[in-house]
This record gives sequence, structure tokens and C-alpha cells, in this order.
Amino acid sequence: MKTNFKNIKEKIIETILMLSSAATSITVVLIVFFLFIEGSGVFSKKPIEDGFLLAVHSTNPINKLEPEQVKDIFDQKITNWKQLGGKDQPIVLFRTEDITNFYTDEELGANFEHFPAKINEYVTKTPGVIAFFSDKYKVSNFTGKELDIDKVKFFEFLSGEEWYPTAHPIAQMGVKALIFGTLWVSFGAILIALPIGLAAAIYLSEIANKKTRNILKPLIELLSGIPSVVYGFFGLVIIVPLIQKVFGLPVGETGLAGSIVLAIMALPTIITISEDAMRNTPRAMKEASLALGASKWQTIYKVVIPYSASGITAAAILGIGRAIGETMAVLMVTGNAAVMPSTLLAPLRTIPATIAAELGEAANGGLHYQALFALGCILFLITFCINMIVELVTNKKAHKKH
Amino acid sequence: MTKTDRLAKQKSRNQKVAFALFQFTSYIVVGVLFAILAFIIFKGIGVISWEFITEMPKEGMTKGGIFPAIVGTLCLVIGSMLFAFPVGVLAAIYMNEYVKDGIIKKIIKQMTNNLAGVPSIVFGLFGMALFVNKLEFGDSLLAGSLTLGLLVLPVVIRTTEESLKAVDDTFRQASLGLGATKWQTTSKVVFPIAFPNIITGLILSIGRVSGETAPILFTVAAYFLPKLPTSIFDQAMALPYHLYVISTSGTNIEASREMAYGTALILIIIVLISNLLANSLRKYFGKKVKMN
Repeated sequence: MKTNFKNIKEKIIETILMLSSAATSITVVLIVFFLFIEGSGVFSKKPIEDGFLLAVHSTNPINKLEPEQVKDIFDQKITNWKQLGGKDQPIVLFRTEDITNFYTDEELGANFEHFPAKINEYVTKTPGVIAFFSDKYKVSNFTGKELDIDKVKFFEFLSGEEWYPTAHPIAQMGVKALIFGTLWVSFGAILIALPIGLAAAIYLSEIANKKTRNILKPLIELLSGIPSVVYGFFGLVIIVPLIQKVFGLPVGETGLAGSIVLAIMALPTIITISEDAMRNTPRAMKEASLALGASKWQTIYKVVIPYSASGITAAAILGIGRAIGETMAVLMVTGNAAVMPSTLLAPLRTIPATIAAELGEAANGGLHYQALFALGCILFLITFCINMIVELVTNKKAHKKH
Repeated sequence: MTKTDRLAKQKSRNQKVAFALFQFTSYIVVGVLFAILAFIIFKGIGVISWEFITEMPKEGMTKGGIFPAIVGTLCLVIGSMLFAFPVGVLAAIYMNEYVKDGIIKKIIKQMTNNLAGVPSIVFGLFGMALFVNKLEFGDSLLAGSLTLGLLVLPVVIRTTEESLKAVDDTFRQASLGLGATKWQTTSKVVFPIAFPNIITGLILSIGRVSGETAPILFTVAAYFLPKLPTSIFDQAMALPYHLYVISTSGTNIEASREMAYGTALILIIIVLISNLLANSLRKYFGKKVKMN
């Protein structure tokens, strides 16, 4: 009887333990679920603000417009309907606030009660019009024609270069500039951090004596403990003004500032991992090389480095992964201009920084909100792939050893 | 001079140059660390006073102290640890003591590694979608703590697993041999031996949690809230977010620069002390376990 009870207790405990260890797996699944549910919502929506509509004159042959075309119309890059395949007729823009140019306050009524009727009147009498207004101002017998707008398309989301998610009348949601911005600063960071990190790793693993290493290594690891917001702050007050002065720029908040800050942040990862890899080089191999008359330096670059190549690769990839996901420091020093990066000396914007900067203002469940979740999905996928590659690279090595 | 001599000389010269360069680079890296620390200590030390850490911020965060941010960070640390520590430790016990090598262990390991690699802003998004919106906790200490807890879960699991691995198998065999059950062995023999090392994981996570900003942006952090949270459903200020706000988007960035230095210093002190403490504890107990 007692043993039975004991068995049950053991089973219960084991179940609790199992559930705990499933927690991380469940979390990963939940993260994927929530990110993709929210993020995919963006592709079922029109890039026009909720509750707003675009209307043209009822005789206008155009029924449907691409988001890009609407933007060009309101930017006045397209000024004639002929350019869109309609009649040869100049386009007349109409926004709600324009109404006072055409009607007096009396005509609109003291509380704008005639407002919807006047919009209808104006649209009806202006053949070239394209009107953008809230659908609460749409009268029930509206005589204009409502335009159909394409939903956000997946491919255009990825390839579009303009990110104006809150633009009126139509949101521009191209994430290409953000993806490139992210990769641009991350690779910049690795270009700086990798040579420095490798040199330091070689020194720590092969050259420095034990005492020096025991002092230097913990110090370098301390670098990774400094919160990223502190790095961002340091970058903001030291590196940004420095870059501005050295290169004579109008603003110092640039991709380069981001790369430098990220490089400092990636150094501990790169150094620790590649140092470990180098120290795993079998002693016999090094001794054989030295015995053949090679110098210590030759042994390092002909034996140790090739042997630890996979570890060094893993360190570099992991460093890139960290840099790609880093948010606060980048947000604080890169200037956050959502343009295609052409030089490291210009402001740019990364995916994490965009999410951090804009999510607070995006209406819950709205188009902008979902677009930011879609960005989160992209970020998650990129870092997920990077982690998988690292896993593969390091596992391959473990197999080789046995 | 023969050809061999010349070659040998060249070889040793190359080596000297290369080694000097490597040494120089390593010192540069450490130099950067000291530059950052020295800069913040130097600029921040004058700001820190008893008033600074015990008063509410005043005049649009340009004067006064950072008391609510310190309390908020403390609450977040405690909240996230209450969640992450038990779950993480139990998970590690299961992984190390119960599961045999196989597909399940592999999957869980893989997922833990993946979770460790998820960028912190994605945790923020997730926390917002699940805790704030779906479960309707709102921007609250509870949502923030859970988000941060998930973030450090892999750290806790990993350090605990290492501590358990360090326990010699003879202890387990002796206990099982005396007729103890698996759980009795784990809870009465293995766990107490590993406990000091497990604590280092906890301290390490505390350092990590207190410095994270991105996950709390949309789950708990308040821009300016000159009062203390009274329940787990309240918003709160936190040190890292406060530093971000007053250095980039405060009402008067120039006037609050002093406070920013002070906040950065307090934050660094908290984080570095926990890291150093964890490191020295690990070293101390590492030696002790080996001696046994």
C-alpha cells in the first residue's frame, strides 16, 4: 500500500517536471503562433486607414487602383487620369479638410451637419475628382463611385522600398529598406568585430600566459553583461558626436555609429566562442607542427585556425545573429531614417528599431500593428535560421571529434 | 648568412609582429570596457546621492530622483524570477535526471537553444500579443514579469543543468542503492549538492533581467509615473526604460542628461555586481565540488 502511494507520488512529480521542461518548447510554439497570426493579418487588409474610403466621379472608368498609384496621385506625381488609363482629364484631389475652400461655414452648418451632403455634391459636380474621406461622412445615396483598393500583397510588402505605415491616404509598407538597413549595420559590425575578436581570441588562447588570460577573459565577458541601453547611451553621447565631427556630417546618427556600437557588443560572443574552439585544438597536432620546425605563429595560422574554422564560423554567425536582433542600442544611435541605405554614413533604420519605435503608437489590431508583427516574423525567421546554422556547424564538429 | 638562417630570422620577426599585434588588440578590447565604465562612473558618480535614489522624478524628469524606476526594476526582477526560477530548475532536473538520451531530449534541447536565440524585441511583441492583449493583463507588472521570465528561462535551465552534471554519479548510486526513490535521490541528495551552483544561474538572470529594455517597452514600462505600483496589474517605471526615455525622448534632453548619467551608473552597478557575484560564486563552489 505504501509503495503504491510512493509510486503515484513519483509519477505526479515526474509529470510536473516534464511539463516544466516542455515550457520552453511550448513558448517557442506560442511565439510562432502569436507572431504569425498577428503578422499574417496584414495581408488580408487594404492599406487604407480603417473607416476611410476613396471615391471618384461616377463616370470615371477606373474602378480599382494599386496602393502605389494612389500614393503617386496624392503626391501629385500622377496628375491626369489618362496616365492611369482613364479619360484625358486632370485629377482633382479632395481631402476632408479641403471642403472649406468650396463651401462657406453657413453652407456646412453650425455643427457640420450638412458636411456629408456637401461632399457628395462636390464629388458629383467635379468629374476629375478623387476624394478621400471617412465613411461616416458618406451619405446613404452617395452618387460618386467608391474605388476598390488592392490588399497588401506579400511580394510588394517584401520588395517595397518605402515604409510609411501611417501615411494618408494610403500606407506604404515596403520593408526592403528596413531589411537592408538591418543587414547593413550587422555586417558593418561584423567587419569591425571579427578581425579584432579573432586577434584577441588568438592572443588569449595561444599566446597569453595563464595568469594574463585569467585576468583578461573575465573582463571581456563583463562587456557582455552591460545592458544594451547603456551601450546605446554611450554611443549617443560619445560615438555619435565623434562621427559627426570626424566626417563632418550634418548628423552623427548613422549606420556607422550603429555598426561600431554593435561591434563592441558582439566582441565578447566572438572572442569567447572562437577562443574555446581554438583551445580545443588537440595538443598533439600543435606539437607535431612545432616539431617539424614551424614557428609558433606558423602553427597558429596553419594548424590552429584551420582546425577551429568551424568554431570561428559559428562565432561569426552567432555574432551576426546577435547584431541583427539587437534593438535598443541601434534605435538610439542610427537616426532611424527608413530609406534604402547607400552608405554607412547616412541614417538608417533596422527592423527591431522600427518595432520598438512604432509599436507604442500603432492602434491595437490595426494595419500598422499587424505590419510590425509581420516585421517581427521576419526577424524571428532570420534569427531562427542563424541559430540553426550555428547548431549545424557546431554539431558537425562534435561528430568529427569522435 | 645562409638561406636557412635568413628564413628563420624572418620567421621569428613575423611572429613577433603578429604576436605584438594580437596582444595590442586584446588590450584594446579590454580598454574599451574600461573606457565605457570609466566614462559612466566618472560622469555619474557626482549625480548619485541619497536623494537621487529615494526621490520621485520632478519637473519633467529633469530633477529629483529615480526611486520609482528602482522599485519597478526590483519588482520585475522578483516577478520574473518567481516564474523562471522554479520552472527552469524543474525543467533542468527533468532533462538531467529523468530523460534518457533520445528524440525528446533532443527536441527540448533544440527548443531551449532556439528560445535563447530569439531577439528580445520579439519577446516584447509576443508578451504584448499574449499577456497584454489576449489574456488582458494590460500593461502591467504581471505581463512584464512573465515576458522577462520567459526570456531568462534558457539561462536558468542551462546553468542548472551544468550544476547538476557536476554532481558526481556516485552520490546518486549510493542513494538509490540505499533504496531511495528517484525523486528522493534528486531532492535530498543531488539538488542540495548542486544548489550553490544553481544560485549562480539565478544571480546571472537577475543581472540580465534588470538590464533588458526591449521586452518591457510594450508590456509594463511607463514613460513617467511618479508613484509606486500598488498591484501586479499596475504599470511601473524601470531603470533601463527610464534611461532610454531621458536620453532620447524626454521633455528636455539636455537638462536631464545629468540624471541619465546617474541612472546609467545605477543600472551598471546592479548588472555588474550580479555578474561578478555569479562569477565568483561559480569559481568558489566549482573548487569545492572538485575537492569532494
